[in-house]
Amino acid sequence: MTQLRKARLILEDGTTFEGKSFGYEKSVAGEVVFYTAMTGYPESLTDPSYTGQILVSTFPLIGNYGVPSDSKEQGLYEFYESDKIHISGLIVSDYSFEYSHWNAIKSLGDWLKENKVPGLFGIDTRALTKIIRVKGSLLGKIEFDDEVIDFYDPNQENLVAIASTDKVQVFGNGEHRVVLVDCGVKYNIIRCLLDRNATVIVVPWDYDFSGEDFDGIFLSNGPGDPALCDATVENIRKTMIAEIPIMGICLGNQLLARAAGAETYKLKFGHRSHNQPVLLQGTDRCFITSQNHGFAVDTKTLPEDWEPLFTNVNDQTNEGIRHKTKPFFSTQFHPEAASGPVDTEFLFDDFINNVIEYKRKK
Amino acid sequence: MINKDIKKVIVLGSGALKIGEAGEFDYSGSQALKALKEENIETILINPNIATIQTSTDIADRIYFLPVTPFFVEQVIIKEKPDGILLAFGGQTALNCGVALFRQGILEKYNVKVLGTPVQSIIDTEDREIFSGKLAEINVLTPRSIACLNLEAAYAAVKIVGYPIIIRAAYTLGGLGSGFCSNDEELKELASKAFTYSPQILVEESIKGWKEVEYEVVRDRFNNCITVCNMENFDPLGIHTGESIVVAPSQTLSNSEYHKLRALAIKIIRHIGIVGECNVQYALDPHSEDYRVIEVNARLSRSSALASKATGYPLAFVAAKLGLGYGLHQLNNQVTKVTTAAFEPALDYIVCKIPRWDLNKFSGVSKNLGSSMKSVGEIMSIGRSFEEAIQKGIRMVGIGMHGFVANKEEITIEQIDEELIHPTDRRIFAIAEAFNKGYSVDEIYEKTKIDRWFLQKLQNIHKTKNKLEEVNSLPTLDDSLLLQAKKEGFSDFQVARLVLKSSNKEINGDLLKVREWRKSKNILPSVKQIDTLAGEYPAQTNYLYLTYNGNEHDIEFPRDDKSVIVLGSGAYRIGSSVEFDWCSVNAITTIHKENYRSIMINYNPETVSTDYDTCDRLYFDELTFERVMDIVDLEVPKGVVLSMGGQIPNNLAMKLHRQNVPILGTSPLNIDRAEDRKKFSSLCDTLGIDQPRWSELTTIEGIYTFVDEVGFPVLIRPSYVLSGAAMNVVSNRDQLQHFLTLAANVSKEHPVVVSEFIEQAKEIEIDAVAKNGEVVAYAISEHVEFAGVHSGDATIVFPPQKLYVETIRRIKKIAKQIAKELNITGPFNMQLLAKDNDIKVIECNLRASRSFPFVSKVMKYNLIEIATQVMLDAPFQKPDKSLFELDYVGVKAPQFSFARLLNADPVLGVDMSSTGEVGCIGENFYEAILKSMLSVGYTIPKKNILISSGPARSKVELIQSAKLLSERGFNLFATGGTQTFLSDNGIESTRVYWPDETDKHPNTLELIKEKKIDLVINIPKDHTSREISNGYTIRRSAIDYSIPLITNARVASAFIYAFCKYKIEDLSIKSWDEYKD
Repeated sequence: MTQLRKARLILEDGTTFEGKSFGYEKSVAGEVVFYTAMTGYPESLTDPSYTGQILVSTFPLIGNYGVPSDSKEQGLYEFYESDKIHISGLIVSDYSFEYSHWNAIKSLGDWLKENKVPGLFGIDTRALTKIIRVKGSLLGKIEFDDEVIDFYDPNQENLVAIASTDKVQVFGNGEHRVVLVDCGVKYNIIRCLLDRNATVIVVPWDYDFSGEDFDGIFLSNGPGDPALCDATVENIRKTMIAEIPIMGICLGNQLLARAAGAETYKLKFGHRSHNQPVLLQGTDRCFITSQNHGFAVDTKTLPEDWEPLFTNVNDQTNEGIRHKTKPFFSTQFHPEAASGPVDTEFLFDDFINNVIEYKRKK
Repeated sequence: MINKDIKKVIVLGSGALKIGEAGEFDYSGSQALKALKEENIETILINPNIATIQTSTDIADRIYFLPVTPFFVEQVIIKEKPDGILLAFGGQTALNCGVALFRQGILEKYNVKVLGTPVQSIIDTEDREIFSGKLAEINVLTPRSIACLNLEAAYAAVKIVGYPIIIRAAYTLGGLGSGFCSNDEELKELASKAFTYSPQILVEESIKGWKEVEYEVVRDRFNNCITVCNMENFDPLGIHTGESIVVAPSQTLSNSEYHKLRALAIKIIRHIGIVGECNVQYALDPHSEDYRVIEVNARLSRSSALASKATGYPLAFVAAKLGLGYGLHQLNNQVTKVTTAAFEPALDYIVCKIPRWDLNKFSGVSKNLGSSMKSVGEIMSIGRSFEEAIQKGIRMVGIGMHGFVANKEEITIEQIDEELIHPTDRRIFAIAEAFNKGYSVDEIYEKTKIDRWFLQKLQNIHKTKNKLEEVNSLPTLDDSLLLQAKKEGFSDFQVARLVLKSSNKEINGDLLKVREWRKSKNILPSVKQIDTLAGEYPAQTNYLYLTYNGNEHDIEFPRDDKSVIVLGSGAYRIGSSVEFDWCSVNAITTIHKENYRSIMINYNPETVSTDYDTCDRLYFDELTFERVMDIVDLEVPKGVVLSMGGQIPNNLAMKLHRQNVPILGTSPLNIDRAEDRKKFSSLCDTLGIDQPRWSELTTIEGIYTFVDEVGFPVLIRPSYVLSGAAMNVVSNRDQLQHFLTLAANVSKEHPVVVSEFIEQAKEIEIDAVAKNGEVVAYAISEHVEFAGVHSGDATIVFPPQKLYVETIRRIKKIAKQIAKELNITGPFNMQLLAKDNDIKVIECNLRASRSFPFVSKVMKYNLIEIATQVMLDAPFQKPDKSLFELDYVGVKAPQFSFARLLNADPVLGVDMSSTGEVGCIGENFYEAILKSMLSVGYTIPKKNILISSGPARSKVELIQSAKLLSERGFNLFATGGTQTFLSDNGIESTRVYWPDETDKHPNTLELIKEKKIDLVINIPKDHTSREISNGYTIRRSAIDYSIPLITNARVASAFIYAFCKYKIEDLSIKSWDEYKD
């Protein structure tokens, strides 16, 4: 352990933290965000929504149960949320060099190295989190002594284009044909649809899917600013003339809102956790949800025929929208969880029921 | 929103502290009462535990110090006419009582609404069979268990269940006939044996060695559910969760395991229909995601108290509000104030709970840990690494260990494998020793099934210890190694011992050197907040801990001379429990009222003092010299109060004084004069105050010479305790010889203190407060038992009913002399012996004592409030009443937990063995003692009483009460000597035979087993080994068959008089405020 290399996390405001490296030894820059979930680092690290971000775990003990096996089912990694690690870097307080779990095949450190992603431990992540909380998400870089680099703002870039697929792929062979617009989709969304007897046609973010044969549209999660995805918004708008059921998650919520004509904006430091309470509009039903987003829908800008579906109980931000008459709805949180609580998975049932209803009418 | 018809609510408490039901219910009950009060609901509390915070004036509107039994609760219902009742906040006691009230139709009859979880849901979780069936309805798995009447059926059952299995003989005690089998051969052997004990056996699948995980789940009436916390046991299944080291949150569960169990917990709570809080315990296969539900507790529990402290989420408070009809989203997050209660806390630290055992206090009890709970308390440590949390925690338990390592002087473990495979209270140290002996993580895992992750972390500590040992001085100690050690929770003491190789003599000086050294290197702990959301939202929380895994403080330190630190009492243990928490909380409250900021340091999750809303700042951290100094350095308080938390803070007096820490109250130099036996003795000599003769002896010959001088019996206290050789009274040369053989280690290093033991003497306590050497308030109380029963086990009467005026006058005089000589400012307590007005002092503590809450509440004059005001030099009101003017009497009675301690001899001695106490008020002594004894589980006998009255003296003591029993038509059964004695005195009784006279009938043992006896009075006599063993068998059987047992003649006599004088219906149902002086 003596040969551990030191490296620094430098924030755009000049604050510097010194830590020790347990991942790949390379300097990287990105947006520094924190997440407060206490489990699920393999899922989070492979979540494409984190593209361009240096992730800070507020839970101090990371790496405990290693990294799960890379087995595949129906063409998808069983235990990862995409094909690779998407974060730019990982910052933790206490890293477990040794791990213990029946399903683990390697350590977190080795996995980071394979994916060429740096990781630092020994950092006061609570102090760091408080800075982000006060100043908002800010740019930062992990720097090794011999490799000085510049800051980099991932939000200037169309991250969706990076995270999305470049070809049409079909998963499963169920009776409900669903087009899934991949803006950086988490595999568990696909799994949740497959579990409900769907055939999932995954298409690139800017793909004009109007020529495909389908009975429902799914708008996936994804990284970055929804304002940079005009192509997707256009495609959604085109289909909204018909009554083909639509469901969106996270970025999908923001894209659906934009397609409806509403505005989106950047939150100060976003929601990245497993404990966000959301209230179903007009009821006393409250759900604990898994979230990972930096942008939000401005409820005030929703057009007449739309209404909020869920609202965050803590800060009253939008957590979902629905069309008042048509089978279109979306959530800002992640009903597919992975990682996080699974309490809202029933929304997939609602979507599939909409599809069934649509097919019946058709 | 909420039910507006509910204007008055009864809350049931949990009664005396006992194993399995301790201080956590003071915490949860207090929280519930606060929640009701906030809604302007009138609260009625029934709880005989007079030492609790919840039974204080400003918490509940009316308090009944009465037994929590259906009879008394019904009486209170009739009198108070409440609209609702809360059953979930007083542990199993309250729950059982509530179920009984429901079944007897009493709640319905008086139209009392059960708030929160419906009683039917409680019943569904309490009955094993209904429970399994209920969970099967929603496809949730419970351990499979099949009842079999013969071997063939057992084979068939195994086909379903699969090996390995556990065989249990039905209807037997203590696991007789139980065991594990992994093949047909073993099954045949064990099952055949089990059938000899019982006609029915249970074949159960064995999940021993699986991980044990718990979730705390909350549900509101809108069906909204959250899990507040999950917890993982360090010790796998097979060890009761109350006996396990537990961490929160879980550490070795993947996301999918965590959320699978979480989702099941929510499914279960919805199906059962709980409104409020419940706890779900799981077994989780360490090799797959297979699981079983082991238990659901439909009430607040020890785990929920722990979860509250671990997360900062006020579970009991929220559960009470949900019971009134609120939804989770309609309640505020008490910590952040800006978010709601509908969330799941995110932790940015790890907590570790470690049980505290006191098994040395009981003779005959097995030290092995298993499926029943034996621990008497627990601690919770907080850190930002597991290493840090566990090392802090091991120190907090307070058994003299310094952490996971560096305990060479304190503990030696020879049978490592045995300790690993068959764990005792020392297992964690066996793991440390195993690493020393070169065991690998895998080898330890194979023997313990403790998840390798925990063992790897422990090995990190071991490795750091080795590195420290290689260094021999501070200048050669690498800064980064020192910092790493501190991050792993090493104390300055451990560093001194490992690096400086300090001897016990040098260590106190050396640890200061380490302290100075690391301060010069700027290696200092950071203060962090617990804010429920891992820093996501700003929070003005005052709930704090210290860690070396951080580089900035979350808070600022005003250092304005306006803060006062109170040191709490640490883990509950035999001899120190909720009483000291009451004292600490009252001190804190008074400090706050006097316009100082109150700062609490304590680490016991079962307390009210560790509630962040009771003080201005709470440091949930160690009460070691090092940690207290760390906090003092940061806070620079006006002063530190160490007289409220019992012996732990008291022992720090001189150490803190030497560092110029301002101690409020009596000077530490004088505390030392009272604590040091020799200094105190010469002080008494100077003042002309008598003490029983004593001597500290270093040779066997010296002991014999001293005993020849004072005569038998004598009290012997070895300073080095071997097993079974603790403090004891010996009454003849044989016993002395036997004792000295056990305590073989008599030497200069390990002296033995021998004192004259005075028989037939009354024992008296004085609790008092003095200011600058002048006594300003006091309370004198007397023991029912003669001296020889530990004051913590004694039945105490206040005000005294049978003391001579002369005795009281002399005691007052002695108290005044001592207060003056030691210039006492603050609380103090003395224990004295009185025999014919001849008074001897046996103990003097310059701190609050166990009886302060009892006497304060009975006389309605808060001695702790006064003591605190005195220490702050604030104005205070001197009591204007004399203790003789009270028109009522209080009796404090001990609660024993022998039923939980398999094989322990339920006999009282000079060492304390009770786990709790109650205090009840009556119109006179007999009414008060009857209420007290009914409160600790005694029942008024219906018909049959078994007496073996022991030595001649107690035979005489019992003669009048036996006569009374006989006159009242009770059937007396008596063993040989007693029967003759009774008959000689004209009292009729049936002769019964000793347990070892198996061929003679009626035999005592048969009568007990057949439950034909309603009360057993067995006064121990220690002459021959046969008498000892027969006596033991009777006492133990009484406990095992749940028959009330009394082992002291004076208590027996008082109890008999009381129930002959009063029928249960005659007892007055009066709340505390109705007793007026």
